Amino acid sequence: MKDTKYMNSYVAGVLLGILLIATFYISGRGLGASGAIKSVAVTTVHAVASSHTDNTQFYQEYTKSHGENPLKSWLVFEVFGVLIGAFLSGLYSDRVGLKLEKGPNTKTKYRIAGAIIGGALFGFGSQLGRGCTSGSALSGMAVMSTGGIITMLAIFGGGFLFAYFFRKLWI
Amino acid sequence: MGPLVPDIIGNEFNLILAMIIGIFFGVILEQAGFSTSKKLVGLFYGYDFTVLRVFFTAGFTAMIGIIVLDHFGLIDTNLIYINPYFVGPSIVGGLIMGLGFVIGGFCPGTSVCAAAIGKIDAMYFIIGSVIGIFIFAEGYPLWEDFFKSGNLGNPQMFDTLGLSQSMFAFLLTAIALLTYWGTSIIENKVNGIKKPAFRFTPYYISLAAMGLIISVSAFMFPPREDYFFEKIEDIAFVNSYPLAEMTVDEFAFKIVNKDPRMVIIDFRPIEEYKKESLPNSKSFSVDNFFEKEPDRMLRIRNNTYVFAAESELDERKMAFIATEIGYKNIKILKGGLKNFRKEILNFEPTEPSNKIEETTFKFRETAKVVIPKLIKDNKSAGPVVKKLKRVVGGC
Repeated sequence: MKDTKYMNSYVAGVLLGILLIATFYISGRGLGASGAIKSVAVTTVHAVASSHTDNTQFYQEYTKSHGENPLKSWLVFEVFGVLIGAFLSGLYSDRVGLKLEKGPNTKTKYRIAGAIIGGALFGFGSQLGRGCTSGSALSGMAVMSTGGIITMLAIFGGGFLFAYFFRKLWI
Repeated sequence: MGPLVPDIIGNEFNLILAMIIGIFFGVILEQAGFSTSKKLVGLFYGYDFTVLRVFFTAGFTAMIGIIVLDHFGLIDTNLIYINPYFVGPSIVGGLIMGLGFVIGGFCPGTSVCAAAIGKIDAMYFIIGSVIGIFIFAEGYPLWEDFFKSGNLGNPQMFDTLGLSQSMFAFLLTAIALLTYWGTSIIENKVNGIKKPAFRFTPYYISLAAMGLIISVSAFMFPPREDYFFEKIEDIAFVNSYPLAEMTVDEFAFKIVNKDPRMVIIDFRPIEEYKKESLPNSKSFSVDNFFEKEPDRMLRIRNNTYVFAAESELDERKMAFIATEIGYKNIKILKGGLKNFRKEILNFEPTEPSNKIEETTFKFRETAKVVIPKLIKDNKSAGPVVKKLKRVVGGC
């Protein structure tokens, strides 16, 4: 079975936990992901239409809290590391290769549309909820923050709530 | 004391560390199987609970780890990033993310991980995320009010629920363990596996034992402050705790001679300290012991730190905590400032009965005149300045 190639989930969990402790000890913050994508989004918009970003409130607030160059942020470097790490791990376990994964009864175009729409929803939600599964839910649980734990419950609760309606995509 | 940023590790080096941390993050996510959407959404359809197991295990391992670091004073929890709690946005944002999860099959971190090994669907997901953030940014005025509503600051769950930190940590780990068990049953049922979810094999027994030890250990590491505050309630214990003392005469002598090696740590309320204070003194409160800034201040070698408070008992309480934390060269002022005032500042000479008393009394006469002047000239240094800011995090 292909699944046996993956690491035991509890071992992976403990390792991830230890990494999270080290992250807090070193940098005083948890892991994250959506923040880096946000930096990319902001930079893209800025490159395409800089007068627009200078005049729009959201970007102004962003620049105020994150400094002038959004790409030179902790999360961007961290996510860059994720790309490297995941690639190396994929090479090691022989999992690298272009592939589009989808449910057994789903057409490719639906999977692509689903990925884009799902991504958009996640991107939007992570802004509203001030963090995604990594930055808010996982790191939030590590420091027992109410905000993080509530967001975590809402993400997984929402997943179970809506899963039924999209079952055709996956099973 | 952690966090090491920004004073032990500079901001530039922090970025390099961010990348190294990211590499480990990527390796772990990929090895755990988070690089495939089918495994990720398996959670919502009951056929694969890997995500939940990894996620919960990581969450409570980190939680217990931070509790332990805090207990031993290795991290200043006042500085680490605690996610803010905006009631409505947290819940609605979370639900939208949940919806995005079942439709898209990824979350941002896992999509990056999957895209790295060539998953095309993950690349589309990332493009989607950028679009989603773009929509949020462009339509910001429409939801700005909601986005900023219901701000409750940065509370922690145990405070919100009114539990102790240890109790909450225990309950959370206990819930996690039960969830593992419950989800294994569901997983087996959905996948048509007949074997029971929990078997008495060494693997499962050691797993359960480990989990139990971790959850109970929450009680072994109460927050540092709570532990000390409980201890100092016991007056007999505090009085019997061995501490170096300094007599009021020696204290006065060093003040008069402006001994630079004696630093007075003043525990009186800040209002009184501001009114008048001794030269080379610093105002401290018990909370300062658990913060990063004073940590460096109390660790200068060759200095003697004299703890001064109105009563000797208060000095002993503070000195006990400081000694337990590991500070060296701490002395308490014998009899407290009350005694200092009586014997030195308001000294009433009596007939000396021997040679030593005669010298002492003579000195006290001088000190009585000199020290008030020094107090008058001394500009209060104010309380410990907290220069350090909480780390900014989140997304």
